[in-house]
Amino acid sequence: MTTNILEMRSITKTFPGVKALQDVSLAVKRGHIHAICGENGAGKSTLMKVLSGVYPHGTYDGEIVFENETVAFKSINDSEASGVVIIHQELALSPFLSIAENIFLGNEQQNNGWIDWNKTNMEAAKLLARVGLKDNPITKIRDIGVGKQQLVEIAKALSKEVKLLILDEPTAALNDEDSAHLLDLMKHLKGQGVTSIMISHKLNEIKAIADEVTIIRDGKLIETLDMHTDDISEERIIKGMVGRDLGSRYPDHTPNIGEELLRVEDWNVYHPLDHQRRVVKDANITVRAGEIVGIAGLMGAGRTELAMSVFGHSYGHNISGTVYKNGVKINTSTVANAIEHGLAYATEDRKRYGLNLIEDIKRNISTVGMHKIAKRGWVDSNQEIVVAEGYRKSMNIKAPTVEALAGKLSGGNQQKVVLSKWMFSDPDVLILDEPTRGIDVGAKYEIYGIINRLADAGKGVIVISSELPELIGICDRIYTIFEGRITADVARGQTTAEFLMQNMTQERDKDKR
Amino acid sequence: MSVFRSSLNYLAGQLRQIGLFIALIAIVIFFQVATNGITLKPINVTNLIVQNSYILILAVGMVMVIIAGHIDLSVGSVVAFVGAMSGVMITQWNVPWWLAIILCLGVGALVGMWQGFWIAYFGIPAFIVTLAGMLTFRGLTQIALQNKQISPFPDEFRALGSGFLPDLGGGTTAVEPLTLGIGIIATLFLVLQGIRQRRARAKYDVEDEPFAWFLTKLVFTAAMIIGITYLLASYRGTPIVLIVLGILIVVYASVMSNSVFGRHIYAIGGNLNAAALSGIKTKRVTFMLFVNMGVISALAGLVFTAQLNLANPKAGDGFELDAIAAVFIGGAAVTGGIGTVTGAIIGGFIIGLLNNGMSILGVGTEYQQLIKGLVLLGAVAFDVYNKRRSGGR
Repeated sequence: MTTNILEMRSITKTFPGVKALQDVSLAVKRGHIHAICGENGAGKSTLMKVLSGVYPHGTYDGEIVFENETVAFKSINDSEASGVVIIHQELALSPFLSIAENIFLGNEQQNNGWIDWNKTNMEAAKLLARVGLKDNPITKIRDIGVGKQQLVEIAKALSKEVKLLILDEPTAALNDEDSAHLLDLMKHLKGQGVTSIMISHKLNEIKAIADEVTIIRDGKLIETLDMHTDDISEERIIKGMVGRDLGSRYPDHTPNIGEELLRVEDWNVYHPLDHQRRVVKDANITVRAGEIVGIAGLMGAGRTELAMSVFGHSYGHNISGTVYKNGVKINTSTVANAIEHGLAYATEDRKRYGLNLIEDIKRNISTVGMHKIAKRGWVDSNQEIVVAEGYRKSMNIKAPTVEALAGKLSGGNQQKVVLSKWMFSDPDVLILDEPTRGIDVGAKYEIYGIINRLADAGKGVIVISSELPELIGICDRIYTIFEGRITADVARGQTTAEFLMQNMTQERDKDKR
Repeated sequence: MSVFRSSLNYLAGQLRQIGLFIALIAIVIFFQVATNGITLKPINVTNLIVQNSYILILAVGMVMVIIAGHIDLSVGSVVAFVGAMSGVMITQWNVPWWLAIILCLGVGALVGMWQGFWIAYFGIPAFIVTLAGMLTFRGLTQIALQNKQISPFPDEFRALGSGFLPDLGGGTTAVEPLTLGIGIIATLFLVLQGIRQRRARAKYDVEDEPFAWFLTKLVFTAAMIIGITYLLASYRGTPIVLIVLGILIVVYASVMSNSVFGRHIYAIGGNLNAAALSGIKTKRVTFMLFVNMGVISALAGLVFTAQLNLANPKAGDGFELDAIAAVFIGGAAVTGGIGTVTGAIIGGFIIGLLNNGMSILGVGTEYQQLIKGLVLLGAVAFDVYNKRRSGGR
């Protein structure tokens, strides 16, 4: 009893028409790192919102015991006062305020209503040291990367004398280096007695640092595994999450590669705000018909910048280089031109750049290829339904009708809508930027199947990803990119994740050789 | 039982639409009782339509601007400017009235191009550009009129604002037959259109509207149109401006729901970045949107000037606020991407009814403003509450 810092007993939470959580119990041991995993929509975030008081006491059934006392949090303020701090996936920092100001936001170091700046910055510096961040506390948040911002969030939690730290997919937006640092920090905090709950999709991370893992599926508790006593494989966890054996995580695919479709030559792009900074340097890439080409790079390496600048100069400044389609030079300087030449770009950020969330599925799908169902500027709404219905079936989009709003779908289904939208425009080359980010394991497998089908239909597919196993699992050929420069071009069979990672991080060493 | 359940769920989803209709009916009934039956007298219904026409016209353009995520504060000043130009053209330059109408619509288009350029291609927020427009076009109005009023206008021009279609009964019948005929044709058209649409949707298996509700809506709309035309026919018949307004509503309602241009406006308002990355020429759509708004403002200016038989430097003061209020009462979202032309028209009628009813009751303008403000706030608060309740967050 005393070893558990938190016990949630028989939590049931219902929304109109949906049982989001059903009789879920969770016990977290003091000083441990407890992972919670499950598919998207399984109820992980709901459980954490119940715990942190976002859903106040009384709106759910069940009991929460924290530090041996039954608690009834009515708001986040209540839970934070007791030492439960939640850090959401989307960081809640104010970009134009300094690191120190953000850390003490709502908890200002003050004298009778006046901010004590010396104390603010000094205390912030101490907290930054604890999380291993060397930046000056007066640096503005917008001037530091996402990885460091995550650390600031943790410093902020520490400033509130946190006893139980909840991290919702803390490494989702981080590159491998920042992720590793964050995981180290969590272990370090564990050494200082901080208990953590980590929601994560990344099974290797769970294996690396968690003491226990609780698996939730469809709002129900499946099991809690002790990572120390059992030797728990990734497959074991995946099986618990999806309730079935996946067999293989990547579908089998025999490529049928044809002629060159797209070639980008000597591509250079400068940063849109900092015109001196070159973010893509002399890049050369090709894609052939039926080929799936991967671009492996850490966040900020220039992969998205390369893709978006090719696609209608949607990113960057002073772009130079040539694009050839079927050997003929083409102009892709506007998105409309790029689409006309058969290019498609599915963004890494579906919600901000990919979908109209307040519009329904069918209108999202028809956005790009609208001319195909329109005559003289008038859209045939019936034809639109037929088209969308076709994609709903062929892509297995889980929604009652094609008039369901895109914003109400899960990540995997949203991605299928984005892919349908581009497939309807009938492109020859598709650039898919992080196509499986934030998508649960089952839906990922489906997306890989769709990518294979596109290649089989003779299209060239470029997949940008930071998940190396994924690229090795589905691509025929992989480029690595580091600091804006293409550093390697290797065929599927001839590479390992280690080799790719080397080329994604160590260009200078390679140059010396 | 489950049918009943799903019907209830459907209605809960349509709460905003239903609420709007119920509010409209409640306001009508309230004023009908409070004014001892004056509200629904034929002459008052005619006045209600004629005197509100320019706000309703403006609301049609404004709802499109607001769906795209912008705003237009300049429409009141543009109404005045176009009115002034029509006066100058007709009385000082001796331009024939029909040519003056065409030229004035052209002036509206130029105004729209001017503002659209700064907003779409230069990237200044519409709030600022049209706030500047509000001042500059008010200034230009006063310059054009040299701070004097222009009056009178030729009868043909005045008909646009206050004329009626000819009485086919020769003034001998109790109700005017042409108006009644138009009403019946319009009703038949709406009913057939509704049935056709429902059939098509059923065929593609996306129909989720319960039949009982569909029927209720159809009967209600038909009764409303027949009722209004009967009242109009009992007075002087069909106001010409109602025909203009009717065409405008039908055309723009279908533009917004079924044209590529309309779809692009919703796409831009819903997610500008996603629209741009889907190959939509967002700048051109925005530019065209303001050109369109300029032309519609010019039309409202012509109607208003024709109705008053006067070009006045102070004309159109505050029209932008009534039009914007109408759009938001009609269910448009402040953040863009959501709204309908019919919603804006109903919102416009609610504002008009409040103005009309309170004037009949002799409520002072200070209280009129107060009440209109609270209605606007209440309508949007209802929206926000509704969204929070259904959206989960």
